[in-house]
Amino acid sequence: MRAVIAFLSGSLFGLGLHLSGMTNTDKVQGFLDFFGTWDPTLAFVMGGAIIPMFIAWRLTRSRTPIVGGDFPKPADPKLDRSLILGAILFGMGWGLVGLCPGPALASISYGGFGGVIFLIAMIAGMALAPRAKQILDTSTAGA
Amino acid sequence: MYIDWIWGLIGGLCIGCAGAIYLLGNGRIMGASGILGGLVDGSARSSWVERGAFLAGLILIPALVQSMGVPAVDTNLTSNIALVIAAGLLVGLGTRIGNGCTSGHGVCGISRLSPRGIVSTFVYIGAGAVMVVVLRTLIEGL
Repeated sequence: MRAVIAFLSGSLFGLGLHLSGMTNTDKVQGFLDFFGTWDPTLAFVMGGAIIPMFIAWRLTRSRTPIVGGDFPKPADPKLDRSLILGAILFGMGWGLVGLCPGPALASISYGGFGGVIFLIAMIAGMALAPRAKQILDTSTAGA
Repeated sequence: MYIDWIWGLIGGLCIGCAGAIYLLGNGRIMGASGILGGLVDGSARSSWVERGAFLAGLILIPALVQSMGVPAVDTNLTSNIALVIAAGLLVGLGTRIGNGCTSGHGVCGISRLSPRGIVSTFVYIGAGAVMVVVLRTLIEGL
């Protein structure tokens, strides 16, 4: 059951990324180009996605997940260094070529050689992350 | 050009419904970097079937839609492989250190008014915008 729901969700996610044009790196970099010819499409995608999710979060108050168990814990208000540093690194990579993890996966069948290289590099970065986080935490503790 | 925002909105609604299904069904936050990252670093061995199923759908459906050609999409990814590798490393490292990407912090975080999600989204959009300015300046400077 968990796998069926996950497959459905992933499928709809992929369809949405494809239809919205978010697998087109020009549109993503166009959105980030605030001082050039700005492309607002990404803002519509975000806005459109937030509506059903907002309703879904409301619904979590009065029920439990279909498969059982618990919903995620309430949002953590604590901001820390790794959150900010991670977002800066991610944003830099995102701006460089216009790909983030979802679209990178969704476009892998038609993204050509470059798309595959990006995915491999991204997975390598993910594999290195626990080590980087450890170093970050140690340096915080020492400070 | 004017039709782009309609497709954006339709696609966005699909993405939001995908997140809603994942949340209300499995009780999890739909974040692409978290779902993949947990498999990469082995921190999510117990839920690999569910994660694999999500990724299978995410990869399969665009492949199917693209093969039918409605609407045909080109990724327009740069042919500069060094840039692609650097960007991939940064995205992989950054999303895991910062614990989320556009789907987890952006879509799922903002919709529950999570301070971490909102701050993260502002920071990565800001960093991305700076990077695009740097890129444009370098290209124009050449």
